[in-house]
Amino acid sequence: MSYPSQHFSRRKLSPLRLLGLVSALALATLSNTALSNTDLSNTTLATSNEPQDWTAIENAAQGQAVYWNAWGGDSNVNAYIGWVGAQLKSAYDINLVHVKLDDTAAAVSRVVAEKAAGNDEQGAIDLIWINGENFAAMKKNDLLFGPMAERLPNFSLTSPDTHTEMTTDFTVATEGYESPWGKAQLTFYYDADRVDSPPRSMAELLDWAKQHPGRFTYPLVPDFLGSTFLKQALIALTDDPDVLARPASEADVDAVLAPLWDYLDQLHPYLWRKGRHFPASGPKLKSLMGDGEVWLAYTFNPAEPAAAVSSYQLPPSTRSYVLDGGTIGNVHFVAIPFNASHKAGAMVTANFLLSPEAQAYKQRLDVWGDPTVLDLAVLSEPQKQALTPTDDQPARLPTQALSQTLPEPHPSWMEAAEAGWLKHYGQR
Amino acid sequence: MANAEYLPDSQVTVRASTYARLLLLAPLATATLLIVPVLVGLAGAAGPAFGWLPVLGGKTLSLDPWRALLDTPGLASMIRLSLVTGIASTAIALVIVVLFLGAFADSRAFIWLRRLLSPLLAVPHAAAAIGLAFLLAPSGLAMRLISPGLSGFHSPPDYLFPGDGGGMALIAGLVIKEVPFLLLMSLAALSQCQAEQRTHLARSLGYAPTTAFLKAVLPTLYPLIRLPIYAVIAFASANVDVAMILGPSTPPPLAVSVVHWLNDPDLSKRFMASAAALTQLGITLLALAGWWLMECLVACLGRRWLTDGRRHTAHRLGLWLGGGSAWISVTLLGASLIALILWSLATWWPFPVLWPTPLSLANWQRALDGLWPATLTTLALALSATLFSSLLVVGCLEHETVNRRTMGTGASLILYLPLLVPPVAFLFGLVQLQAQLQACLALSPGFLSAALGHCLFVLPYVFLSLAESYRRLDPRWSQLSASLGRSPAYTFVRVRLPMLLAPIAVAMAVGLAVSIGQYLPTLLLSAGRLTTLTTEAITLASGGDRRLTAVYALAQLLLPALGFAIALWLPRLLHHHRRALQN
Repeated sequence: MSYPSQHFSRRKLSPLRLLGLVSALALATLSNTALSNTDLSNTTLATSNEPQDWTAIENAAQGQAVYWNAWGGDSNVNAYIGWVGAQLKSAYDINLVHVKLDDTAAAVSRVVAEKAAGNDEQGAIDLIWINGENFAAMKKNDLLFGPMAERLPNFSLTSPDTHTEMTTDFTVATEGYESPWGKAQLTFYYDADRVDSPPRSMAELLDWAKQHPGRFTYPLVPDFLGSTFLKQALIALTDDPDVLARPASEADVDAVLAPLWDYLDQLHPYLWRKGRHFPASGPKLKSLMGDGEVWLAYTFNPAEPAAAVSSYQLPPSTRSYVLDGGTIGNVHFVAIPFNASHKAGAMVTANFLLSPEAQAYKQRLDVWGDPTVLDLAVLSEPQKQALTPTDDQPARLPTQALSQTLPEPHPSWMEAAEAGWLKHYGQR
Repeated sequence: MANAEYLPDSQVTVRASTYARLLLLAPLATATLLIVPVLVGLAGAAGPAFGWLPVLGGKTLSLDPWRALLDTPGLASMIRLSLVTGIASTAIALVIVVLFLGAFADSRAFIWLRRLLSPLLAVPHAAAAIGLAFLLAPSGLAMRLISPGLSGFHSPPDYLFPGDGGGMALIAGLVIKEVPFLLLMSLAALSQCQAEQRTHLARSLGYAPTTAFLKAVLPTLYPLIRLPIYAVIAFASANVDVAMILGPSTPPPLAVSVVHWLNDPDLSKRFMASAAALTQLGITLLALAGWWLMECLVACLGRRWLTDGRRHTAHRLGLWLGGGSAWISVTLLGASLIALILWSLATWWPFPVLWPTPLSLANWQRALDGLWPATLTTLALALSATLFSSLLVVGCLEHETVNRRTMGTGASLILYLPLLVPPVAFLFGLVQLQAQLQACLALSPGFLSAALGHCLFVLPYVFLSLAESYRRLDPRWSQLSASLGRSPAYTFVRVRLPMLLAPIAVAMAVGLAVSIGQYLPTLLLSAGRLTTLTTEAITLASGGDRRLTAVYALAQLLLPALGFAIALWLPRLLHHHRRALQN
């Protein structure tokens, strides 16, 4: 089991390039349609096939096929999506089709291509599992349908007014263009049979690596999880974390990133394969842990180590923890493309994903283990109980550890760090 | 048609010519099916490579895509990898096959290996590659066998395999799959070049077995297996699935990069990817040209050696190297399968424990939900592609038989076209065209286009498997039938078809196996919407769950094996009252 968003953004759409591309393509189609970008999306919003009140939406959703483009590299997640499909079939007669992606960026590029080809209503994608830079890029270019989150009855169960992370994605306000689905936080895990005291900070990590050469690594940048390691290190190493909340263009990028390269220059000789080779992805990192090749690893899904122990992929002696002072955390979402063919069905699906029933099932370790986005305070007692983990899996991260969440830096910092990394270490 | 005997002679002739004319459709349709997509695909890649792709705003011709490609870091390594793995794996496989045939033809080992051939051929490339990775990785079965006792390792050692920068893992993976293929092709060719008589003659002149084979048989055998060898070079230099599993990742071989760039969200990369796809075509041609030069060199240098009269040249070498390496490659493949089975049944199985305990079916149960629909899609694609291809192939061969004309070099070149042109180059162009012509039904990504794409690769293999048996069928059966007043069509349905049931069934099983193993056509032509066991296994192999990967790889392997089992069993069932036809 693994955390999906590492695959969401492995290859991101640079917003600038996307913008350039879209406008170039728009120009090409403009001569025919005489519509501007904004007009295009407004037109779509106003089309009559889009019901307004929820009962009407549910009625319209009946019998629709919903093409959900979601990363398909994890069997637990795939099985869960299959379960969602079965529930939707019996409750709404919706045929949920999971279009398994190896990279969410592919779905983004498809929507871009459809928009460029003037396909404004017959899009092949109804729902995308998304977050971070892909969302930022799509929203900026009017590739999303919305605002729709507030129209989902279950959205209020997340208490969006008090929990701002439900309406913010990588510092970008979601403004209802995506609906929360699950939670993530950078979580370290180690093999307690081999490691007595794991490092509690980025500085300690360097010392630990020196004492245990070859027993730690991170996925190859620009894999999402690899880049997340850079961000976590950057937050720990920078003097003024506030700089990171603003676009990188407002700061002296080289100066801010310099401590990061210093740190990595020292760390790399002590990594697995001496830093000459990196695992391709988070799941690969996990399997290195399972093989005993590395003794310390990290994930973006706090429940992943425990779930992986249950599915025999990690040693029973696996333990999870969060660095002192907290780690990066965020929420992952689903969004509807502006030209989705079955918007009603997609909304009903998004709403079902937020139901206490679906959230509780998702949180089970033998299902997926993804933490809920619902606010337990607003739920009924039985719902609350269903959403409170009862298993005593020792590999599971204690719930209180999740409170130390650091905000994601502005997306532009991730790009700057990735570009810098590729320049420094990519040519080996 | 059963009434043909009551028809006057003239009418029989008319029917016969209608039949012959009808049959002409088969070679025409086959040639169209094989040529048009390849050429159109190449054209579809050539446009964007020079900046022309109106859907993406490319409306002027330019060399920018080539400049972008040249600026790509690691391009030289990508090209080197593709060339080296392509030529090296083919050369190694060919040497193994030749030495083995020379040293062991007619031996008991040979008969054994011959029986193993079909099942070994049925193992899809991806499954073999996944198994090999499980076997030879630092924490793999091989290392567990000697750890910690012999090696002293309590943690997996620090070596990079699979994925080593030199591509050794990739070469090994290609070799173990190419040896059975080349062996099968050679066996078919051996009967055409009077190998037995030649060997006997040379042996009676005192030549050692290997030497006799090398000097008396190989020079006539080689031209007959040249096209299959070229197909192997083309496959090895441009393959994507094996390279994704066993090849290096920084940088990967060029074909893998092309697929990455095609799927890049930055659509402008597609221009560069098209240029890279054409470059891939160039590299494959270069590899073929290089091989051809080596052929000339070997022929030139070997001429004197052939007639120098020495009786024992390379005999020892053949005995040891040929026997040893053939068995090593078969053993590697077999051990890879064992590794797959063990992982699919394993619970927590830490290094260096050799045998997983307890064994459990939990992984299979966990996979069942996804396994079933993927199996159905795989079967649907494989059956439709195989049925369609077999129909055309039988039509082509029947056309040959009725018109008493065998295929020329040009025609066999057409047959090999999809195997010689790197799929990544022309499939890629087809995808570009799909983007351009979304409205056109046949081209829109989905089942139909994927199934047609499979046909491109299934058809040649079905043809190659069936042609030999079809052409060798004694023509006197047909003459006998004709002399009894039966029409050619009647003869085909009642005489030739039943007699050829067994080879047709095997050829269809080969077709199924080829289709089941297809990765790139499924992925590209269905725009990723079809999930087959192969696409699933390769996606999972890039992820972390080894147990589940093993389950899918095994399922991917069981399906073609089942096809071969049915192919062997079906003739016996249908011919239970005709003992002479049962084999």
